Amino acid sequence: MLGAECPKPCKGKWTTPPFDPRFPNQNQTRNCYQNFLDYHRCIKTMNRRGKSTQPCEYYLRVYHSLCPISWVQRWKEQIKDGTFAGKI
Amino acid sequence: MAYPMQLGFQDATSPIMEELLHFHDHTLMIVFLISSLVLYIISLMLTTKLTHTSTMDAQEIETIWTILPAIILILIALPSLRILYMMDEINNPSLTVKTMGHQWYWSYEYTDYEDLNFDSYMIPTSELKPGELRLLEVDNRVVLPMEMTIRMLISSEDVLHSWAVPSLGLKTDAIPGRLNQTTLMSTRPGLYYGQ
Repeated sequence: MLGAECPKPCKGKWTTPPFDPRFPNQNQTRNCYQNFLDYHRCIKTMNRRGKSTQPCEYYLRVYHSLCPISWVQRWKEQIKDGTFAGKI
Repeated sequence: MAYPMQLGFQDATSPIMEELLHFHDHTLMIVFLISSLVLYIISLMLTTKLTHTSTMDAQEIETIWTILPAIILILIALPSLRILYMMDEINNPSLTVKTMGHQWYWSYEYTDYEDLNFDSYMIPTSELKPGELRLLEVDNRVVLPMEMTIRMLISSEDVLHSWAVPSLGLKTDAIPGRLNQTTLMSTRPGLYYGQ
């Protein structure tokens, strides 16, 4: 699923999420959560419009790198159960 | 790593730690100078037969011992702030490693490419081999590339923990529900211990 290619819009191979000026400080919780939300919203919007979800891969890579695995699993369970608190 | 009868810090492994070592030397020198000056003056006071009972005002010396401490404090504050801002510099990391604190072990996740995660338990004292350090050895060590900026994201799964590596000058709290970020740059290869 995750190759070493950097999904659009960045160039070159993927290494790690770059510095995000929206979250410059030590607390990166929001960075992780925001990218998770953005990925799911992107997928939902692209599917609704019938377009390819390839541009959403960037958010996937970022939240996959930043978010602890246990958090991601918990959120996925909540989405499946319909109890996820975020707006997607 | 720490050694018996150690008096100072461990050898620095990152540029920030080197700066901290220099700052510590600078500040400690100021502290020693002030203490020895005070002790010297006290000894002078206690060993003199001269007396002067009619002191009314002493404007000059009062001015000196107000201005001089202010200058000394500024001399301490400026390097301190410089290092503080240096620690917060924006640098683009090349790798992201997550560590989650549990009771009572750390688990590490390297998820930039594939999902790699493992637990790292401390080796109990009864199972140490000769030459290993008590309370510091673990079964699975964290392997990191040197001379690359690495982003460490630290959190916890249960209670508050703290992730520290003294030779890199790092100590960050692991708080459940919060993801704390710190950056790491090691200048030389080696085995470093922390808690």
